[in-house]
Order: sequence, then C-alpha cells, then structure tokens
Amino acid sequence: MADMNRERHRTRETAFYLFTQQSLPACKPVLTPGWVITIFLFMGLIFIPVGLITLRASHSVVEIVDRYDTECVPEAFRIDKISYIQDDSIPKNCSRFMKVHKYMKAPIYIYYQLDNYYQNHRRYVKSRSDKQLLHGQKYHDTSSCQPVELNSGQPIVPCGLIAWSLFNDSFTFIRERAELKVNRKNIAWKSDRDHKFGKNVHPFNFQNGTLIGGGKLNPKIPLSDQEDLIVWMRTSALPSFRKLYGRIEEDLDADDVIVVNLMNNYNTYSFGGKKKLVLSTSSWLGGKNDFLGHACVIIGSSSLILAIVFTLLHLKYRRPHGDTSYLPWNRKSLSG
Amino acid sequence: MGGGRRRNLLMSKIYGLGCGKASFKEDHSQIGGPGFSRVVHCNEPSSFEAGIHSYSDNYVSTTKYNVATFLPKSLFEQFRRVANFYFLVTGILSFTALAPYSAVSAIVPLIIVIGATMMKEGVEDWRRKQQDNEVNNRKTKVHRGDGNFDHTEWKNLRVGDIVKVEKDEFFPTDLLLLASSYDDAVCYVETMNLDGETNLKLKQALEVTSSLHDDYNFRDFKAVIKCEDPNANLYTFVGTMEFEEQQYPLSPQQLLLRDSKLRNTDYVYGAVVFTGHDTKVMQNATDPPSKRSKIEKQMDLIIYLMFGIVFVMGFIGSIFFGIETDNDLENGRIRRRWYLRPDNSDIFFDPRRAPAAAIYHFLTALLLYSYFIPISLYVSIEIVKVLQSIFINQDIHMYYEETDKPAHARTSNLNEELGQVDTILSDKTGTLTCNSMEFIKCSVAGTAYGRGVTEVERAMDRKKGSPVREQNGLNHVEDSADTPAIKGFNFKDERIMNGNWVNEPRADVIQKFFRLLAICHTAIPEVDEETGKISYEAESPDEAAFVIAARVLGFEFHNRTQTSISLHELDPISRRTVDRSYKLLNVIEFNSTRKRMSVIVRDEEGKILLLSKGADSVMFEMLAKSGRDFEEDTREHMNDYADAGLRTLVLAYRELSENEYKVFNEKFTEAKNSVSAERETLIDEVADTIERDLILLGATAVEDKLQNGVPDCIDKLAQAGIKLWVLTGDKMETAINIGYACSLLRQGMKQIIITLDAPEIQSLEKTGDKNAIIKASRKSVLEQIASGKTQLSALSAMSEAFALIIDGKSLAYALEDDMKQSFLDLAIGCASVICCRSSPKQKALVTRLVKTGTGKTTLAIGDGANDVGMLQEADIGIGISGVEGMQAVMSSDIAIAQFRYLERLLLVHGHWCYRRISSMICYFFYKNIAFGFTIFLYEVYSSFSAQPAYNDWYLSLYNVFFSSLPVIAMGVFDQDVSARFCLKFPLLYQEGVQNVLFSWRRIVSWMFNGFYSAIIIFYFCFRALEKPAFNDDGKTASRDIFTGTMYTCIVWVVNLQLALSISYFTLIQHIVIWGSIGFWYLFQVVYGYLPPSFSTDAYRVFVEALAPAPSYWFITLFVVIATLIPYFLYNAIQMRFFPMYHGMIQWIRHEGLSDDPAYVEMVRQRSIRPTTVGFTARRAASRREASQRRN
Repeated sequence: MADMNRERHRTRETAFYLFTQQSLPACKPVLTPGWVITIFLFMGLIFIPVGLITLRASHSVVEIVDRYDTECVPEAFRIDKISYIQDDSIPKNCSRFMKVHKYMKAPIYIYYQLDNYYQNHRRYVKSRSDKQLLHGQKYHDTSSCQPVELNSGQPIVPCGLIAWSLFNDSFTFIRERAELKVNRKNIAWKSDRDHKFGKNVHPFNFQNGTLIGGGKLNPKIPLSDQEDLIVWMRTSALPSFRKLYGRIEEDLDADDVIVVNLMNNYNTYSFGGKKKLVLSTSSWLGGKNDFLGHACVIIGSSSLILAIVFTLLHLKYRRPHGDTSYLPWNRKSLSG
Repeated sequence: MGGGRRRNLLMSKIYGLGCGKASFKEDHSQIGGPGFSRVVHCNEPSSFEAGIHSYSDNYVSTTKYNVATFLPKSLFEQFRRVANFYFLVTGILSFTALAPYSAVSAIVPLIIVIGATMMKEGVEDWRRKQQDNEVNNRKTKVHRGDGNFDHTEWKNLRVGDIVKVEKDEFFPTDLLLLASSYDDAVCYVETMNLDGETNLKLKQALEVTSSLHDDYNFRDFKAVIKCEDPNANLYTFVGTMEFEEQQYPLSPQQLLLRDSKLRNTDYVYGAVVFTGHDTKVMQNATDPPSKRSKIEKQMDLIIYLMFGIVFVMGFIGSIFFGIETDNDLENGRIRRRWYLRPDNSDIFFDPRRAPAAAIYHFLTALLLYSYFIPISLYVSIEIVKVLQSIFINQDIHMYYEETDKPAHARTSNLNEELGQVDTILSDKTGTLTCNSMEFIKCSVAGTAYGRGVTEVERAMDRKKGSPVREQNGLNHVEDSADTPAIKGFNFKDERIMNGNWVNEPRADVIQKFFRLLAICHTAIPEVDEETGKISYEAESPDEAAFVIAARVLGFEFHNRTQTSISLHELDPISRRTVDRSYKLLNVIEFNSTRKRMSVIVRDEEGKILLLSKGADSVMFEMLAKSGRDFEEDTREHMNDYADAGLRTLVLAYRELSENEYKVFNEKFTEAKNSVSAERETLIDEVADTIERDLILLGATAVEDKLQNGVPDCIDKLAQAGIKLWVLTGDKMETAINIGYACSLLRQGMKQIIITLDAPEIQSLEKTGDKNAIIKASRKSVLEQIASGKTQLSALSAMSEAFALIIDGKSLAYALEDDMKQSFLDLAIGCASVICCRSSPKQKALVTRLVKTGTGKTTLAIGDGANDVGMLQEADIGIGISGVEGMQAVMSSDIAIAQFRYLERLLLVHGHWCYRRISSMICYFFYKNIAFGFTIFLYEVYSSFSAQPAYNDWYLSLYNVFFSSLPVIAMGVFDQDVSARFCLKFPLLYQEGVQNVLFSWRRIVSWMFNGFYSAIIIFYFCFRALEKPAFNDDGKTASRDIFTGTMYTCIVWVVNLQLALSISYFTLIQHIVIWGSIGFWYLFQVVYGYLPPSFSTDAYRVFVEALAPAPSYWFITLFVVIATLIPYFLYNAIQMRFFPMYHGMIQWIRHEGLSDDPAYVEMVRQRSIRPTTVGFTARRAASRREASQRRN
C-alpha cells in the first residue's frame, strides 16, 4: 500500500494517469435551488422581451390575402368546377379587387398560396432529374422522372411530375388605371439559378402529351431564367404553402384599391385545394407570423411563474438531506 | 542419472495407500466393447496398428474462428441479433424501388457498425489463438527410440509416445504412469487445475513397470493398453495393459491427467493415452456459457417494443396511404390529385391496386421508420463496455503489486451486471483466505502464548480506532512490518522464542508440546543441498505450519526414514542443540470420523510414546483423569481462539508400557492387513483402545490467514446490502472458523446447522443399506429445514440474526427438486449461509438455485478449478488470479488478484457501469424516438407517402455522427458520485440491485420524453415556418429549409438533453457535446458545397438560405429551450424534493458536509437497512448486549 501511495504521487501530475483513474478534474453541477431559480428567472427575463420584439416585427408586416378559386368560376359552372377548369374553350380571366388597409412599403411580395396540395408526396418529390435540369438533353438517364419522362419517344425537358404540374395562374395588378410594375426576377434562390438549372438548357417537347398538366414554358428562354419553374420546383414542405410570384416595387397607400386581373388556369378543384393571392411586406424576421412571439411570451411568463413557485416551495419545505423515506426502494417497502 | 538422487524411501509405507492394488473388477470385462475401444501401442506411435486408429494429435484450439470461417461465422453471429438482422433486411431492401432513400446512405452506417463489431471479435479471437500457441508450443521430453529422450513441443505428441516429465512440470497429455524416480513408482501430483485441491495426490504405477527407472530401459519397451474411450469423468479410468504377454488391470491410480503438475518427484515416465481434445480436462471444458447481462436482456425487450411501435406506425400509415391512393382514381379516370398522375402509375402508388400499394407502402414505412431503432446501439454499447473494462483493468486501486497483477475484465459483457449483484457466492480457500496457515498462538500448560494479531482482531481494532489513523496509512506500514519472515509462522512471544522457553515454569510441558508438533505428522523434509535449509512437503498447509513452528522454536525435524524421525532438539538443561532420533512404530492417520491423528514412537531412552493431536470435541473426552490439569484454562483459551477465527487443535500424549504396545500392535497389524470391507472400522476400533487416558499438553491455534482486507471488504459489501454465501469444500469446523474470522458469524448469532452427523444415521451407514440411508437422510434434512424455518419465523420479529450452516451430504438432499424451494426460503431468511464440504457440482447447483430461485443477480468468486462450475453458472464469475492455478481465471468473467478488490469492483465500477449503461440505453432510445417520431409526424403531413423528412445523408448520419459520441462519452465517463463517495456510502449500490435506474417506469418515461420532444420540435417548427416568408427577402420555407431547421433543433435538443442528464463534465464531455453540434454545422456547409447531383436538396441550403436568416437561429434557440424546459423542471424538482440516493450524496458533497463525520454518519445510518453481518453489525450487536446487561 505504501508503495502504491508513492506510485500515486509520482504519477499524479500526468493527465493520462488521472484519465485512466477516472479522476480528471471535472465540473459537477448540482441543480441547487439557487441555480434553478436563476435559470428560470433568466429565461423569463429573456423570452418575454424577445417575444415582444418578435411580435412587433410580425405586426409591422402588412398582409392582404384573397381567396379567388371559387369566386373566379362563373356562377354557371360552380356546380362542376372541374369541367370548367378542364375546358380550354372557356376563357379563364377573372378580376378581383384588393383593398389595402394599411400603408405598405415596397417591396411588396406577391405570393400564391395553395392548400391541400401535396408537393411533398414521395411520388411527386422523386419525379425530377437534377442532372437533366443542369445538362439538358445530353443527359439521358431520366428514369427518375417517371411517369413524365418521354413523349412519343422524345425526352421531355424539363421532365418529371413537378415540372409538368407547373402552376400557371397569372396575375396583373392595376392601381388607379395604371398597371403596377411587377418584378418577377430574382424570386428564386441564386444557387438554384446558377447551379441547378442549366443556362443552355431550353425546354423541349414540354407539355406536348395527351394530358397537359400545368403551365407551358417558352422554349426560347433557358431554364436558368425560368424563375417561375425554379420556384415551383423547390418543393414545399407542407400541404399548405405559399410561393413567391413577384414583387411590386412601389409603396401602396392605405385605402388603395388594387384590381387584380388573373388567369385562373390551374386546377385545384379536383382535389379541393384552395387558391389564394397574398400581398405582403416583410420584416427582418420574414412574413406575418405571430406564433413565435406568442409562444415566446408564454414560455417566458411560465418561466417566471415557475421561478416564483419554486422559490416558495423551497422556502416552505425544508428537506433534511438524510431523509430517505423517498428513496425508491423505501417507497416500495412502504407500500408493500 | 536418477540412481544417486533417488530416495530409497517407499512412500507407500508412510501413507497407508488404501487404494493399494488394483484388481480386475467387473468394469474390466467391458474392455474392447462399445465405449471401451481405445487401443494404445506404447512406444510405437508410428506403427501400422497405431495408424489405423488415427487418434487426434495434441494440438488444442480454443478459438472461435479460423481464417476461413471468420467471415461467415462472425457475420452470422452479428445478424443473429434481431436489430442487426432488421438492419440487414432494410439494407437489402434499400436497393429495391421500395426504398424511400438511397441505398448507399442506408448501407454505409450498417457497414461501419458491423465492421467495428467484427473487428473487435477478430482481435479477441486472435488473442485466444496466441494463448493456444503458448500452450501448444510448450516443451516436453519424448522417447525418440534407442533410449534417447528429446525435447519436443506439446502439440507434436501422439498417442503411444513415451514421455518423461520432470519435477514441477505440467503433464502434456493424459499419461499412463509407468515409472518414477521412486523405487515403488509412486509420484505426487498436484491437481489444483482440475479440482482446486491443493494437497498432493499420490499416484502409483503397476509393479511390473516400476523398474523402468532409466531412459535406456525404454529402448525395447513394448506394451499395449486397451482402455475406455475419451470421456469427461476425472475420477474413473478403466483399462488393461498387456505387457510381456500378461494382462494387468489399470485404474485411475495410474492415470496422470493433463494440466496437473508433477510435484515432489524428480521425474516420471508415462505413456500417452489421450491427447488434445480427448484428454479428460479438455473433455471437461465445456464451452464457456456466453453470458449476457440482465440489462441487455431487458434492452432486447425494449427493442421488441420499438419494433412494435414501428409496426403500428407503419400499419396506420399504410391504411391512410391506401385510402388516399384509392381515392385518386375513379373508374380509371383521374379524380383527385391529378398532379400525381395516378392513371399512369407503378405498383407502389397505383390506385387501381391500392391494397397492394398499401402493403408495399408498409414495407417502405418499415425502412423509413428504421430510424426508431438505434442502429449504432449495439456497437456503441460494445465500444463503451470495452472502454469501461479498460478502466477496470487500469484501476491502480485494484492492482496487486506483489504479484504484479491488475484486475482483468475478460469479458466486457457484464460490466453493468457488476452493479446489480444481490448475492455473492464465495469460495473459501484461496479466495477469502490466502490458503496459507500460520502458527500464531498456543496454549501450553494452561498458559496462553503468542502475541500475534489476527486479521479479524486488526479489523475490529481499526474500526474502533480513529479514522484519521487509518487514512494516514499507518496501518499499512505496520502491515508490512508484521509480514512474517517465515511462511507459515507468525508467532511472537519473547517468553518462548529464541530458546527462552526453558526459563518458563512448565518448561517440561513446553518441551513435550513442541516435540509432539515435530513428530506427530506425515510431512516430508526436503533439504536444500546448497543452503542446507529445510522445507517441508505436507499433506495440508496447517500440518506444515506445525512443523515449521516446531523448527523455529528449537525442534527441527530434518530427516524421515521409513522407521525413524530425526530432530535437532534444544536440550533444556545443556541449552545446546542435540540430535535425537525417534523410532517410528505406528502412524494412526487422520480421518474425518476420528478427527485426530496419532503416532507411536520409541524415544532414545526406550520409552514408547503415543503422541496425539486432534479436534477439541474428541480430544477432551480421551484425557485421563490425571491428565486434565489445565483443561479449564485450555478450554477458555480455545474459545478465545475460535472467536478470533483461528483453527485449534488439542495436543495430548501418553506413555505406553511395552506390554500394552505389544497387544495393540498385534491387533493393529491384524486390522491393517484385513481385506474385508470393514477394514477402516476395524482400524478405528483398535486405535480407540489405545488412544485414551491421555495427558493434556495444550492447544495450538493456527490462523487460516485471511487475505488482506477481507473482513473490511465483507463489511462494506454487507452494508451495501449484498448477501454473502460461503461455499467451501472444507470441514464444517474450519468453515465456521472462517465464518467467525470474516465476521459472517458472531457469538450470539443463532446458528441453524443442518448436518447428517446424527448418530442414528451414522449407525445406519454402518449397516450399508443404501435405501434406508437415503430415506432416513432425506427425512432428517427435511425435518431440520422445517425446524429451522419455524425458528426463523418465531424469532425473526426480535431482529435476531440467523446463520445457516449446511454440510455437503445434507446439501445433496436439500438440493433435490422437492426440497430446494424450502431450503432456499430458509437460506434467504438467514443473514449468512455457509455450505461446507460441498463438491464443485454442488457449488454450481447452489449457485443455480439462488440464481433461478430468487431471480436476482448472483456473483460467484473463486480461485480453484473446483469453482469453475460455480463461476460459469453464476451471472458473473470472478476468478482470483492470486495463486498458480489459472483454471478459475480462465473460466471467469473478471479476474482480480485479491478478494478485497471486490469492494471497489462492485461498489465503484459496478455502480458506475450500471448507471452508465442504463442511462446510455435510455438515452439512446430517447434520441432515436425524438428523431424518428418527427419523421412519422412529417408523414402525416405528406399524405403518408413515406417521403423522408430529411435528406438521405442527414438521416443516415444522425446516429453515426451527430448524436453518437456524446452518448458514448457518457457511457464511458459519467459519474454520479466520485469513487470516494461510492465507497463511503455503500448503500448507493442498492440503486443497481433494485434496478432503480433501469426500471420500466424510467425507460417508458424516457421514451415519452422522446415522443414529447419530437412533437414539440415538429409543431413549433411547423407553425413557425408554415406559410409566411421566413426571411426578409420574402422567400418562403421550402421542404429543405423546413427540414433543415427541424434537424438543427433535434441535434441541439438531443445533445443538450444529454448535457442536462449527466452530472460530470470533463473537457472530454465538452468537446464531444459541443463538437457534435458544431460538426452538424460544418457538415451542412461541406455537404452543401458538394455538387447538387450528390447533395440533392441540401445543396447550399445552409449557406444561402438558413444561415443568413435570423429566424433560423431564433427558431433554433427557442424550440430547443422550449423542448428542454419540462425535463429540466422535472430534474430540478426531483433533485430538490425527492432526491434519489445519489442525489443526496451530491447534496452532501456540494454543501461541503462530507468532511463533517457526525453528519455523514447520520446520513449513512439513516439510510442503511439493518445490516446483519460484517463487523459493523458485530460491534452493534455487542453494544446492544452490553447495554442489556447494564439494565
């Protein structure tokens, strides 16, 4: 034993020895009431202000939402909307009025919102070919695009269900007789434009089949400039989603009335999906979303309450440390 | 050679070789028949006849695999685990169109995981191979023809070879003894490796071959041995030898078994009979049972539960998916979701075959939800356990410097089981004791001599003394000073030592006393020719201790011939050393019924002396009326000795007249030469006539030396609530002594002794009616158990402690099916249980009884081969690697050098490992549920199309990179309280025994926590990112952004959750926890910069979209904290108001009260259930008694 002591002294210094003896210097935090109360207080004090700031940001955003999918079907066709939307001979144009209830500072973002639309369905998500989008017809193996891969033996560019079902409602905005300029550039992520969609890839044999899905593409414009397509192909996470359509780069004043002329082309009627048009400004946190702010405030205030309750409990019940009546095995024997 | 050194002493005369001559018995008629077909042509191993039999060679292999079988066999082993098999199936399926993710991403983690495990297997097997090689390449001498013996490796030996084995060598194979260095061809064999018995066994060759003393005799030696086939029975051997056209019967007396050792004999010649795996010892070597810890078994159940959850989720998903898909098409026309082109679909999504699609979807879902089952669980646990066992091996506090032996965890499977031990079954010899006897005290002529302190007394003193002294290590210094210079002698008393005894008042008695010790024994002196020092070979270590004591005190026994014993004696008058020789007339041996041994000698003056030593129970009855002068005092001294844990013997003598002796000798010779079955009884009866009217000399006390620190260790283990059973092959008296020595027994403890020594049964035994004996014995045992139980229930209310002592014979009946339950009930009710005279088989059976009967974890600890069965049967087998025999160590799970290390092994390492592994498993399931359930929730919002929420590589690397290292670090390093506190508060150990940390409640709570975390994370991210833009540029959150954010939250949550649940942060913890989180960001950047064809939808997502958006960081912070608050609150409340035991200790440490002895003692006292054994209890009991007496 004496030798062992000496041994211990000799090697005490080396960290490796401490490591092998499992006695490295360590922080051993104990959840003392002091710590617990401090942490809860701290969280309360942080989250309530942060929540308020978030709420403020959210409230600073002005958002106008207009659901147009039902209204834009003429009365006569409302019983069978599907045959209306599938009948190419009926004109699809439609006008809507949107009233600005609060001053909106440019840029004002235009979104279309679809509900009950499963862009995240596995069959749908898979049905694309990133290589073809980048390399065009040079890339032949497009089997992942099933079932929209070939048409009369010719490859389709861009292939796949996503592209095939491209959203094709279009909107023009008129304020006081003058058309508002809508900037439809830079609505897609830059990396998509630069690296995922080829600059020299032009649509080919697209929407030529018997069954036409959504929008058509101008074969003269390369894919990298077809920003509608790029936005559409960045599939949404959830069945209700908004996608960016463009920007209005003029301020809108309160009580402005905007006339929206739209082409109601896209079929959401078969699956009962809604279509909405959204005009919205943005804050540093993005769009109008009160959830985070509310949740923050709630969590912050419950932290404060917990801190108080904990303090009271701590003061009321002084627990002798040696009390073993709560030890699990003692509890068992008490009940048994 | 040989001739000169050969001692012309016929050992067979000293030891009454009862087994004597073998004769043809009925067994021998079977030779040549089935089961007895072996034919060995001695000395012509390459002859034609030997060729046709082609017995196996002597190569022994214990490896699991070889080069060819490694891959298939180890893969098979791997995939036998249900979870691994599941991952194999999913891996294969991931190559089909069913897979929701890419095959590579699914198969890579599997390969990593399986590869790591296989590598571990491979390394382990390679080590075994090296061990085999060491054994197989040992050298021995074999006959090469023409009388030349030459060295060869063990593995080259063949059946029929003649082998020469020299002193202290192991026998390489099972040999038939042909001749030895002794004239009568006897040899001594130590069979420690086979049965754990340390005494030497005598083997004797056939008379016909006993003359083959020299190498050249074997030039023309020819013999044919016909014998039984290889079998596992160590104690039988049936065969015949045809030598010089005569048939001779062979018995076990001629068989030398592999792995036993030649002792005390210069050399032997033997013929190889069984080789390699045919040898009896190898036939006995069953495959070590592969043991799995209870926790791991429980973990399997959790995995099944998880499978259940996965199946249910898959099933629900498939139903919804089927309905949704079915609705898409009506009468071949697209009805709903036209954008999915349901009219032109493959089978997986075809509405026309919706049920089939749903079934396929179910398979896909099983692939997808495989993230519920932690793929890296097994391999992580294995890595952790290996590292844990490295820590066990490295622990300096379990390193035994004297023999340079650290602890050695031979399997890493059972680390956590060490934290759950309920009952320890311990061997005695070599485990609790050092197996060395020390002469320590004696009582001569009514005076007690000897100032030595026994380990027990020392332990009691230490407890009473101030703890400061203990810590200063003063005791240790004393210890080393105390270490006796002479092995077997620890006697200190200046009144007697250095010849001072001549001045004592009763010097004449003292002289007779030590002379008796020097004469009355069967030891053989061995004079070292160079130094002239004498050492003794004795049948038992206590006998050696006596001879040594006599030598040190002036009565040196230096030579034994067949008829005489010579001593160097100190003459009390002249005070000079004189040579005296005593004529040895008769030796009446020790046996268990006589419990004494006597010799009759004639001294130089012609007086005939009967010298006798034996147990007090028989010796006091044989004293003459005039010989009881000091009886009173001696008895009192002996009681003291017994309570101090010493073995005592009473010494007495008597002078015989010529006549008396003559009469006796005639009768005795007649009895010895009789051949009837009652020979033994006859001898006993004759001996009885002469061993009476003795004159008491005194008593000896020998310490069966406990190993260092054993009483301390037992006390700690008892305080930890661990029960200790002692299973020993020793006599009941010895066992009880040791029980006292290590405080398992104490005065005032109620002893329930179950034995079959009752006179009626003994008298029945004499009649030899087997059935009657069995019937009576069974009845008696049953009655004794029943009465024990009534005592127990009657007195248990008075908190009286009971001890159960049972002997081997009774145990045989008590272990029968109909009785074992009540025996177990009785045994559990007793504070200590001692089984004496138990055979190795019984030890194993008792172990099994405790294991299956109580369902608790058992630990067996032993050092000898006789403990192997027990070690293998118990949940954990611990081998003591102190002494030579390696058999126990080889079949143990963990080897330690000293019993006392058990304390640290269990209370510290066991507790830690239990805690670590159980927390680790709980956490593993938690983190996988937290991850997997978000995938399921996402399914709900993607119309159950089995679209994975995350990118393929995010999915597959979750378990490998982003959450694996912290949990491994927890499994290896976490400590709830430090080692010092583990030992200070032994009751902490009960957390493991009661399985508090791995109860189903706790497991389910953790799972619930997982589900809860997943739900919070998913819905918070859902609501925060749903429709509106998520950055100031008006971009909305697409799939990649949503899942990227969610994944970030999960990585943070699971890592911080781990940080919350551990209580020990070293630099390592910080590195792995923050490193894992940091690595996730790093991975996103690097992976995002890979070409889009590889990174698909993760392409530059982090750099371009997530990182610049404040909402990403804000959501992360908020979701993570919101998810962790409930656990934190739970933890805080538990710690403050309902702390578990480790929590209390943390409080004590935190508040710095650990140095306040009174306070600590209070906590300890309050928390300890009444401890019933150990010296703490002993002291408490004596205090109680004292106070009662005062009242």
